[in-house]
Amino acid sequence: MEFLIASAVGMMTMAGIYLVLRGHTFPVVLGLALLSYAVNVFLFAMGRLAIGQQPVIDAAATGYTDPLPQALVLTAIVISFGMTAVIVVMALRAYLESERDTVDLGEEEPPGGGAQQ
Amino acid sequence: MNHWLILPILLPALVAPLIALAVRHDIVLARTFSLLSAGLLLVLGLILFAMAAQGEILTYALGNWAAPFGIVLVLDRLSALMLVLTAGLGCVVLLYAISGWDQRGAHFHSLFQFQLMGLNGAFLTGDLFNLFVFFEVLLIASYGLMVHGGGAMRVRAGVQYVVVNLVGSTLFLIAVGLLYGVTGTLNMADLAQRVPDVPAGDRALLEVGALLLLLVFGIKAALVPVQFWLPGTYAHAPAPIAALFAIMTKVGAYSIIRVYTLVFGPGESAAASTFAGPWLLPAALVTLLVGMLGVLGARALGQMVSFAVIGSMGTLLAAVALFTPEAMAAALYYLVHSTLAAGALFLIVDLLSERRPGYGDTLTVAPRFAQGGLIAGAFFAGAIAMAGMPPLSGFIGKLLILDAVREAPWASTIWILILGTSLLGIIGFARGGSTLFWKSASVPGNFQAGQAAAGLPFVAVGLLLAGLVLATVFAGPLTGFLDQAATQLFEPARYIEAVLRRETGGD
Repeated sequence: MEFLIASAVGMMTMAGIYLVLRGHTFPVVLGLALLSYAVNVFLFAMGRLAIGQQPVIDAAATGYTDPLPQALVLTAIVISFGMTAVIVVMALRAYLESERDTVDLGEEEPPGGGAQQ
Repeated sequence: MNHWLILPILLPALVAPLIALAVRHDIVLARTFSLLSAGLLLVLGLILFAMAAQGEILTYALGNWAAPFGIVLVLDRLSALMLVLTAGLGCVVLLYAISGWDQRGAHFHSLFQFQLMGLNGAFLTGDLFNLFVFFEVLLIASYGLMVHGGGAMRVRAGVQYVVVNLVGSTLFLIAVGLLYGVTGTLNMADLAQRVPDVPAGDRALLEVGALLLLLVFGIKAALVPVQFWLPGTYAHAPAPIAALFAIMTKVGAYSIIRVYTLVFGPGESAAASTFAGPWLLPAALVTLLVGMLGVLGARALGQMVSFAVIGSMGTLLAAVALFTPEAMAAALYYLVHSTLAAGALFLIVDLLSERRPGYGDTLTVAPRFAQGGLIAGAFFAGAIAMAGMPPLSGFIGKLLILDAVREAPWASTIWILILGTSLLGIIGFARGGSTLFWKSASVPGNFQAGQAAAGLPFVAVGLLLAGLVLATVFAGPLTGFLDQAATQLFEPARYIEAVLRRETGGD
């Protein structure tokens, strides 16, 4: 199981980094989503991998799994989900306003959006 | 338990939704609430400052959960200083914004309050994951503020800013996960106790975590090689927001100071002190050089000030990187100074570009504009402060830093770079100022006076410049306090004791 989780995190991070380095917003957004999945699984695994163990104190339990990373992951999921939504909206807005879908700033338009000169 | 500590977070957290939900259609009420809240935050900051100045480290356990298990807020001299600085800058920026900027888009005031909440939380928290959460709070608010008012270029710069910071957040989470996996705690005081006892086999993981954290804080602090996002963001952000962002880079510097003096501090274990220093100092020096070369090469005034901010972060972090109490005190003085100077300059850039329709803040010769003399004077004062010339506080800050690094191994390099880049800064600002104000004075014609309001914006700029003058005049008492703050930072045992004593009960 350790190998499976480790390679899953590795693959997702690899694909995520590749996509984040692309020039257009859509792959970048996908890459950020993949990176956040990788991080969530990674955080989860940092509490050590345990199968079928209790997270909360119980008289019959034989061992425990760490509940704290699960709480951390929940927070991280909420934040990364919200941020993905924000970046999608902002990327769409940027595309609609400038007719360009790349993440670089470019040199064509004057800064500040001055219309004349 | 000291209940005052939660108020700087609670107050904006309550006012922001109130503005967003109840008074969003009434700009006058929104402004009133926003200003009241910022003013109260300043008063709160000063009260907390007076408390912290006594020297005791105050803690507040959220939900009364004992320290390593629950989240704690901690107030020491450095946190109190940052709270006052945030609230002060927030008040001034708000004064500037209510003369028009806040109506160019929706929800300015509630986002502004959320931003203040995130900043205050980041300065107060004593828990690493909670620091991440407050980073997110302040970043999410800043995404909204960054694109306030819209415009194609601004939104595009905003997308870039969000992408960089999302990658930063991802790295932050990986670092937090590594540190938790190795030590089993995220409370900073508890971490500080456990880091020296990490078994040798896990040492490499710990170091990776520590350096990843440095990279994350470096992104916030615009440290080379991750400084590239700053000029695009600051130059395209609405001017009052760019002025508020002057404190955002300081959040990165604050986090570096806090984490690398406390958790990975140069404390008992000699190996731990090598975490940040060897990386931070060269990076900071290159940052300084890159920033000031950028000032020389900038084609617009906003860009120039952005690069000056990068340069000032380099100066600040070079002093921090030595991790000695004297250099830290000098760095903190420079931190106060550069926040005020950058805030003032960004506001001046906006005053200028509002009055030159069609030209904006580009370094081109244009006809005369209204209140040109006043703006030129303000720019002159701000540029003197930023470049570090006497008589303003930039000079004292650089002098303190130069004096503090005399014993350091890299002293001659630091001296050469700080003095050399000061010259670059002076040349850059002189070139900008003479193009914009002197050469333009000889061009025939006038811009229409326009509808740009004359009152409050100038009061705001004046207040920031007055802050610089105050920091110069009262440099003695201020450095006295900062010496104490730096000494406190290098006594992590007292911080740990203050946080963890709650284990054995409390009030």
